[in-house]
Amino acid sequence: MKSMRTPLKKVRYLGSAKEGADHFWKQRVTAVANIFLASFLVWLIASHIGADYETVHRKLADPLISLPLLALILSATIHMRLGMQIIIEDYVHNEGLKLGALVLNTFFAIAVGLASVFAVLKLSFGA
Amino acid sequence: MAATSGRGVRPERPLSPHLQIYTPLINMVMSILHRITGATLYVGSLLLALWLVAAASGPEQYDYVSSWFATWPGKIVLLGYTWVLMHHMMGGIRHLIWDSGHGYELRMIDLLSWGSLAASLTLTAIIWAFVALGGM
Repeated sequence: MKSMRTPLKKVRYLGSAKEGADHFWKQRVTAVANIFLASFLVWLIASHIGADYETVHRKLADPLISLPLLALILSATIHMRLGMQIIIEDYVHNEGLKLGALVLNTFFAIAVGLASVFAVLKLSFGA
Repeated sequence: MAATSGRGVRPERPLSPHLQIYTPLINMVMSILHRITGATLYVGSLLLALWLVAAASGPEQYDYVSSWFATWPGKIVLLGYTWVLMHHMMGGIRHLIWDSGHGYELRMIDLLSWGSLAASLTLTAIIWAFVALGGM
């Protein structure tokens, strides 16, 4: 049977959702980054449990700590937003509810990410 | 959308067997656990944000939030968080191996599934032994 797809659509390889394998790849790339960055976070917290405020503040203001922490916040919020999107699309079948949940998902990820990033920046640059 | 006969009447058709029909296999259990731990970490991101915001807010706020985590319920939450994170991480590595097209032999599927569970429990134990010994 003759294909109904235009040659342009074939070479673009983006499918009906117009984003191709973008979601898949972003999820994997952030996953690989998170392996290293989340391990770093576990070390950071495990080695500072019970430490006094001054020590924690000084540590979190250290660029060697705050930079990987910022990278983790960025990578993890992208990863968790994509993951929750899949869960919503799998289980919420009502179109209106699904759209609402997807928007809330994005809002949540951005709110958590921005609050965390702002806190780290304030620790580094703030009073 | 429910299938209809075209006259708005839903015909009686046999349904394909659903989850409760199958004997749970380790890869099935690990699959849904990966999703559950992922959703848990989604909520858990609030804890990291809370910790950072408290630290950025000042000594009083930081000590207040730290005092929550120092209680027994707080410690149990942190222990649970650790295992959930390790399990999602080990499950993620398993999925990356599968994404590469490797490890699809039946024995390997079982091994990777049990292996990720064993690794997550072991890593959680190591991390908390490290904490119990006073950290670095």
